[in-house]
Amino acid sequence: MDAELKPALIEYCIALGDDSVILGHRLSEWCRNGPFLEEDLALTNVSLDFIGRARMLYSHAAELEGAGRSEDDIAYLRDCREYRNLLIHELPNGDFAFTMARQFMIDVYDMAFFTELMQSQEPTLAAIAAKAVKESRYHLRRSEDWIKRLGDGTEVSHERVQAAFNQLWGYVNEMFSVSEQEQLLIDAGVAVDRSALQQNWHTAVQAVMLEATLETPDEDWTISGGREGIHTEHLGYLLAEMQFLQRAYPGQKW
Amino acid sequence: MVAIASNKVDTKALFELLGSVCDPEIPVLTLQDLGVLRDISVAGDEIIVTVTPTYAGCPALEVMSADIRTALTEAGFQQVTVKQQLSPAWTTDWMSASGREKLRAYGIAPPATTTCGPQSDRIECPQCGCDEIKVISEFGSTACKALYRCQDCLEPFDYFKCI
Repeated sequence: MDAELKPALIEYCIALGDDSVILGHRLSEWCRNGPFLEEDLALTNVSLDFIGRARMLYSHAAELEGAGRSEDDIAYLRDCREYRNLLIHELPNGDFAFTMARQFMIDVYDMAFFTELMQSQEPTLAAIAAKAVKESRYHLRRSEDWIKRLGDGTEVSHERVQAAFNQLWGYVNEMFSVSEQEQLLIDAGVAVDRSALQQNWHTAVQAVMLEATLETPDEDWTISGGREGIHTEHLGYLLAEMQFLQRAYPGQKW
Repeated sequence: MVAIASNKVDTKALFELLGSVCDPEIPVLTLQDLGVLRDISVAGDEIIVTVTPTYAGCPALEVMSADIRTALTEAGFQQVTVKQQLSPAWTTDWMSASGREKLRAYGIAPPATTTCGPQSDRIECPQCGCDEIKVISEFGSTACKALYRCQDCLEPFDYFKCI
């Protein structure tokens, strides 16, 4: 791979790692708050998969960078503006319907994204993608099931999950908009052209929503900025909690 | 004990030695049964063991690596490196036939299929062998398991997911 692309590749790995670690942290907040024990276990298991995925991506970024930063430094020592996750990952969990609607939207996206990334010219990224896709396939099976159960469930569950989709819809466009730097990596066969995934994503999501008796939201607002480091107000609170130990006791180890 | 006195270290003997290292969470399975132990090579005085993670976030891998180091150190090897290899991605297809049988005897239903296609309906209760089963949760006590219940003997059981 072209050496000029290396900084962009490092950024790319960190951005993908940010998506994973932020959602992983959000899901971990369900620990002991799940609606019942089995669901508590499921949410935290999925959380662990995302945190593991972030570790692989951050480690790879640190290795490429070769500047002595570790995966932990990347996770714990950057502030909001340096985080590059897509906004949908950082939104607060809301109720269970909101968490599952978000999870379903991301699982459909991740399946498509990591399936494509397996073709990357960058072997480590392709290897990470191959692991991620297996886990996302399993995540999707569960989240899709929940969308059908909640949507086609009681009046209350239907209302709540419909409201969740309506609130989340404005964050969808950002998942498919490509930055200039990313385009360079796409041209080099390293990154995934996310814009090409949008059509299939909508088809897949809407098919499940239809079966779940849910309506496609007609929200006409859209918001973006995560990949440029412009976040919602929620990320700061999340980082404050996630990074507290390393900020208060720098270099502390288990 | 492996003969270290000889100049040439036999990797086959090392595989046998590490055959006693078990999964910390499912102690009836060795790392070989699980398919986690991928390679052992010798470079001068250094023993390089290559492992692959089951699930990206599985905390057991750290313990496995430490146990491998301990087993080799106790056998007299001073320089041990445990390397992680991501590709090819781990799959339950690599689980040995004896590993599957050990799981069943331990009370965990082994992966039902050998390929990662759609979920098979051939999952059987490890207690009574009945195939009338019901999923309780897609996730169980660890990342690699799901929770089921037998409709016949009513026992809940862990199922080792097929990935």
